[in-house]
Amino acid sequence: MPTMDLSNYKGVFVIGEQRDGKIHSVTYELLTRGRALADDLGCQLSCVLLGDEIENVQEVIYRGADKVFHIKSPALKNFLPRPYRNAICRLVEEEKPEIIVAAATTTGRTIMPLVAARLNTGLTADCTELTIDPETRILLQTRPAIGGNIMATIKTPNHRPQMATVRPKSAKPAPADPTRTGEIIVKEYDGAVFMTPEKFLRFVKDTTQQVNIEDADIIVAGGKGMKSAEGFRLVEELAEVLGAGVGATRDAVELGWTTYPHQIGLSGKTVSPKLYIALGLSGKIQHMAGMQTSEVIVAINKDPEAQIFKVADFGIVGDVFEVVPMLIEAIKKIKATA
Amino acid sequence: MNIVVLIKQVPGTDNVKMDPETGVMIRSGKDTIINPLDENALAEAVRIKNSRDDVKLTAISMGPESAMKALKEAVAMGADAGILLSGRVFAGSDTIATGRALSAAIKKLGQVDLIICGERATDGETGQTGAMIAEFLDIPVQTYVSALEVKDNSVIVKRTVEGGFEYVEVPFPVLVTVNKDINEPGFPTLDGKLKAKQVEIPVWGNEELGLDKSVLGLGGSPTRVVKVFSPKLSRDTIMRKADGTTGPVDELIQFLTGKEVL
Repeated sequence: MPTMDLSNYKGVFVIGEQRDGKIHSVTYELLTRGRALADDLGCQLSCVLLGDEIENVQEVIYRGADKVFHIKSPALKNFLPRPYRNAICRLVEEEKPEIIVAAATTTGRTIMPLVAARLNTGLTADCTELTIDPETRILLQTRPAIGGNIMATIKTPNHRPQMATVRPKSAKPAPADPTRTGEIIVKEYDGAVFMTPEKFLRFVKDTTQQVNIEDADIIVAGGKGMKSAEGFRLVEELAEVLGAGVGATRDAVELGWTTYPHQIGLSGKTVSPKLYIALGLSGKIQHMAGMQTSEVIVAINKDPEAQIFKVADFGIVGDVFEVVPMLIEAIKKIKATA
Repeated sequence: MNIVVLIKQVPGTDNVKMDPETGVMIRSGKDTIINPLDENALAEAVRIKNSRDDVKLTAISMGPESAMKALKEAVAMGADAGILLSGRVFAGSDTIATGRALSAAIKKLGQVDLIICGERATDGETGQTGAMIAEFLDIPVQTYVSALEVKDNSVIVKRTVEGGFEYVEVPFPVLVTVNKDINEPGFPTLDGKLKAKQVEIPVWGNEELGLDKSVLGLGGSPTRVVKVFSPKLSRDTIMRKADGTTGPVDELIQFLTGKEVL
């Protein structure tokens, strides 16, 4: 492959997200990631926003960006892969960032492969950790790999930009600092950039899937160890007395004990609650990738060797069907006296 | 109408090994299945095929010789033909190199109207290859598709996204990646099983694709695995054993109250 002059590429890009002109909070999580990388490299952090009118763009500066590129067109109001791809590729050609980070959302996971393929560069999905190798200044991208208990660190040594998506909720949103200053650049490209055969018809809110466990302070999650759909009710019961969200492993979802919006892990949601209670789940890396940043983790499992105990702050080795009912009673007592 | 379904053979269990030196997955022919979402992709293609009389449905896979089994299964479930991309030249491909090879194979088929693939595979879980193939073919892509309606010259897709559904219309040719809500995967038919026994699945190497070797395999992959490791997850864990009394639970409650999370 022809080698490229890597030194022409400078700066970190994060690809922010908006819907209906409102910046999505995942943008601020990306700023946390991006700021850390830019500081390590001693370079600028730019946030790319694609859309028509976007409210409160200044907030992105307050939360850590040195520059905002607002690519503005009515054609970008809703997400369509082609106009987004064209706009991002155009900006990348102009600005030549060395790193691009997007969220592993349906938008980020669609647009990044298109951009990477067009630019012939590497892309790593669903990273849980991004760091800079101090010697080579190359981006080290770490993600859980293949169904099992392994993490892989991946790099893109000879191509630029280096591209990665990170799981939503895997970083805290950057706090706002209204004293921060930066530059907001509005890019209005000519219409040809946004031409596409795709036609956006409509967006329909899904009111049946209002399961927002990402925002729950407490999550009670169950795995295969709950044994049956009926057994899984115990997870829901404990969640109810705690006012908690219900989480599940992929196994529990595939067995039909609960629905996909509850799935936590690499192929489900990433959560970071104050308290995570893991019941009858062994702790495959797949699952732990989605919850290990929780503040306090409690595990109850009958297998003392279960991986989940390694990430737990408090573990009880025992039968969930014996321990959890006691826990429910104890919490009910507290709630009654509170 | 020409439809292509992309099939990946994946390990049937979670027991996949990695070469500790290169970080490349070690695949064996044993205990493999068609990637579950690819079965949804196939079922959707078969559904479209059965709804009209002009469809030729081709399943393509890239992988070791043993992936032949997955393609025969695809024929048993309703594909008309299968093509296997295989050879050492493809070994170690990342998603870019894989996408390039598969797109070259699709190009070789001539006019293809609709390409359907699973949104992601259960082994790599990158979910990148579909979109990359669309990019290399320079055709539109729609991802996370949970319903698909074929019109005269276009498809209307329903995408499942955060907080709702998006409906998008795209003229042919188009590549769609599907999720598991799109349908119930199909089963082999008796007719299909007979056909699978007789069908010749050609194996294509780079002789057939005619790509510059430097864009294939590990050498054509922009990414490199630096290391694989078992993650250091440990926290200082307070461990208690259930003993039939409320002791451990009481202690847990005390711990949680102390941490101010209750």
